[in-house]
Amino acid sequence: MVLLAGSLTTPAIGTIFWTTLIFGLFFFLLSKFAWKPILSAVKARDEMIKGSLKSAEKAREEMLKLQSDNEAILRKAREEREEILKEARDVRDKLVAEAKGKASQEAEKLMEKARAAIESEKLKAISEIREQVALLSVEIASKLLGEQLKQTGEQEKLINSYLKEIDFKKN
Amino acid sequence: MKTRIFAGLFFSLIIAGMNFTAFGQESEGTVTGKEKGESESVFDASTFIMEHIADSHEWHLLTKKDGESVAIYLPVILYSREKGIDLFSSKKLAHGNTYKGYKLEEEGDLKGTIVNIKEDGTVDEESFPLDFSITKTIVGLLFSAIIGLLLFIGLGRSYKKTGISHPKGMQSFLEPLILFIRDDIAIANIGEHKYEKYMPYLLTVFFFILLNNLMGLIPFPPPFGANVTGNIAVTFVLAFFTFIITQFSGNKNYWKHVFATPGVPLWLLPVMIPVELIGIISKPFALMIRLFANITAGHIIVLSLVALIFIFDTVWVSPVSIMFVIFMDCLELLVAFLQAYVFTLLSALFISLAVQEHH
Repeated sequence: MVLLAGSLTTPAIGTIFWTTLIFGLFFFLLSKFAWKPILSAVKARDEMIKGSLKSAEKAREEMLKLQSDNEAILRKAREEREEILKEARDVRDKLVAEAKGKASQEAEKLMEKARAAIESEKLKAISEIREQVALLSVEIASKLLGEQLKQTGEQEKLINSYLKEIDFKKN
Repeated sequence: MKTRIFAGLFFSLIIAGMNFTAFGQESEGTVTGKEKGESESVFDASTFIMEHIADSHEWHLLTKKDGESVAIYLPVILYSREKGIDLFSSKKLAHGNTYKGYKLEEEGDLKGTIVNIKEDGTVDEESFPLDFSITKTIVGLLFSAIIGLLLFIGLGRSYKKTGISHPKGMQSFLEPLILFIRDDIAIANIGEHKYEKYMPYLLTVFFFILLNNLMGLIPFPPPFGANVTGNIAVTFVLAFFTFIITQFSGNKNYWKHVFATPGVPLWLLPVMIPVELIGIISKPFALMIRLFANITAGHIIVLSLVALIFIFDTVWVSPVSIMFVIFMDCLELLVAFLQAYVFTLLSALFISLAVQEHH
């Protein structure tokens, strides 16, 4: 065992030379043709995974944001609808009230007109009636008095003064 | 952290010390070895183990009954100023043969090294040829590198094809490891902003060590079973890469911490600077020793358990040995992952110490 310990622990120059050459070449060739494509592929894959995770996270956040946006929009829409409805109701109430007021006014006016017309008609009728009555009473009186009484202006004046004395309102 | 570094330094000094004592004891050991060698039948467990874990110019497969060994003879590449470059099969040097004035020493201090033979037939102790041979370790290394390249370049292609869809097939097996290194080693230590620059190195070193550890655990056939990450030269190179990368990524704070440690009085700096410099060296040194020692120890234990059968010289020991070897192999499987992880983790930690912004 002791015999060869010297040669075991003494590096041989030839072995160093060939090992340097072989290992150096091995190192160079592997760096160029193996590690470069392998490491870049692994790195690209890692980056892709990282990127997709990030974009997924982003998409999730965006979706959440969209959801909350949607909710806000919905809430706003609902509020707007409420408002519009309320406004419409107000307008309707106002319109109805206005219409009612106008209608009653119109009715009032119509009634007024009608009343006025009635009044005037009545007056007209009354005066006509009065004339008729005067004539009738003259006729009756003439018939009653006979044909002696002549229809003169004197007589007519007399009749009229009688008629004026008669108060229609009392009967 | 500091204590760990100093502990590493301490142990490495001990190992270095053992190294020297080993040299001292060698002459004695050789004599007994030779004496034993005379009676052929005696089994020498330490030689058996060392021959398996040490580097070799041939890949020994088996030894026939008549003593003839069957091996894959690997190419020998030698360089010396006088002779220039020489390339030949290690078969030419088998069985102690001399070829072109070279000889592969089989005994003694220089066992396993190729030496120059002088004209009078003696070993030239003055000058040694530089040995750039494709040894067992290098073959194992080369094959694990090829397997790694095929595996990971194929994986890279499949990623190009599938793009960013979910992992498929081989991806689903290897991606967790890659992500583990990225998330729990690189990002956890170096930080989110700077880790990317160091990922290729950390991944390379992790899978390189892991592949070699695992291939070393498979005992047969070649190119499996070589003690690659248990070779100190290999771990030295790996630790050296970490060292270089750490120093070159050191920022202002890092160097300030080394040369003008904040809070230390000026007169203490002559002491502190060498201590800090030793700290810088001892970090990768500990990396080198840790990986080497762990993997070599694993191989030694497994081989020792196998050697038990031959020591007792009876087949009845084999069930016990096999049970223990299976247990150890499971443990070594864990160690293979663990050591690759530890080396990568500590590399990332050292880099992070060099690049961190404030202390």
